[in-house]
Amino acid sequence: MPDVVLRKTAFSLEEIMHEGGPIASVPLRRAAGIAIIENPFAGRYEPAIQGFMEDLKPLGLSLATRLVELLGGAGQIEGYGKGAIIGAAGELEHGALWHAPGGYAMRALLNNSNAIVPSTKKVAGVGARLDVPITHINASYVRSHFDSMEVGLNDAPKANEMALVLVMSTGARVHNRAGGLAAQDIVGEDGLR
Amino acid sequence: MTVKIRKIAVNIEETHREIGQEISPATRKAVAVAVIENPFAGRYEADLSVLMDIGAELGEVLGRKCVEALGITPAQAESYGKSAMVGENGELEHAAAILHPKLGAPLRVEVEKGAALVPSSKKMGSPGQVLDVPLGHKGAAYVRSHFDGIEVRLNDAPRANEIMVAVAVTDSGRPLPRVGGLTHAEAIGKDGLR
Repeated sequence: MPDVVLRKTAFSLEEIMHEGGPIASVPLRRAAGIAIIENPFAGRYEPAIQGFMEDLKPLGLSLATRLVELLGGAGQIEGYGKGAIIGAAGELEHGALWHAPGGYAMRALLNNSNAIVPSTKKVAGVGARLDVPITHINASYVRSHFDSMEVGLNDAPKANEMALVLVMSTGARVHNRAGGLAAQDIVGEDGLR
Repeated sequence: MTVKIRKIAVNIEETHREIGQEISPATRKAVAVAVIENPFAGRYEADLSVLMDIGAELGEVLGRKCVEALGITPAQAESYGKSAMVGENGELEHAAAILHPKLGAPLRVEVEKGAALVPSSKKMGSPGQVLDVPLGHKGAAYVRSHFDGIEVRLNDAPRANEIMVAVAVTDSGRPLPRVGGLTHAEAIGKDGLR
């Protein structure tokens, strides 16, 4: 399979103190990492693409490691998500190659991460924005942790590129009060509750 | 602190390749943006000194965030810039009050010196609008390789009664500079121009 040719990486770190309500004693922090790489399958239909998932593993680990560092260590992370934007000369299926290397990289670094990593993907042009979903790392039904983070770069992805994204968060929405399963009530075995 | 901050975001960009050429070491830019309450939203206030003080606070906070995000010493910072976007219940002059009188001095402490004018931009805007922060060499405004910019946007800011204030810092110029002019190596850094 082809090499991963990296053009650019970008990281965003957000600290949210409040959203019109009481100021949080500990600000919510969210971080996103985005890597812009060449799409080795751009411009043609390639039947066999799965080998590229293996090639993407080091990139997944590198992005995930950086996010953990930005947020102050694995013990701080309570939510995650992933996404991909495929440049216009590629196809949606190429974005699906990120599921395993992106998701398992985060789960390898985070304890008690039994929940599926929520994801989104699309084919789009330069400057496109992607709303990456975030859910609790150990129980998908934890309602306070349903969130998202918008990512994108003004100069990517070009037609023959793909943007691969990982996001992590340190907790619940800053003024969460919509009920549902609470983080302290989870069983943490099936990844759901 | 005078300033009421709702959120802070820091973005880092690293360019490893440009038009097929490897960039080694990667060029790196950081921008830190604070979303603050506009104390004068919805009314005309003649005295803007509160915003000037907020500018001083943010010059330090945001400058330091950028330098930390880049993982560099203050001396290693090479260029900088500042911008503000005012939500619809404010006025453009609010951006000027934050950016111009007092923000620069504490920012220059965070990047260790900085003889050159800090390039700036300002606008009125709404949540999700793009703010383009200009970049210029911190010691010598004529260093041509370091004329650049970085875009920042937040989907949820600025709300009507808010102001977004951004500071950008780099440790490098453009990835493939080749339009001549004064270079980083040649800059003297005393008069802020050359």
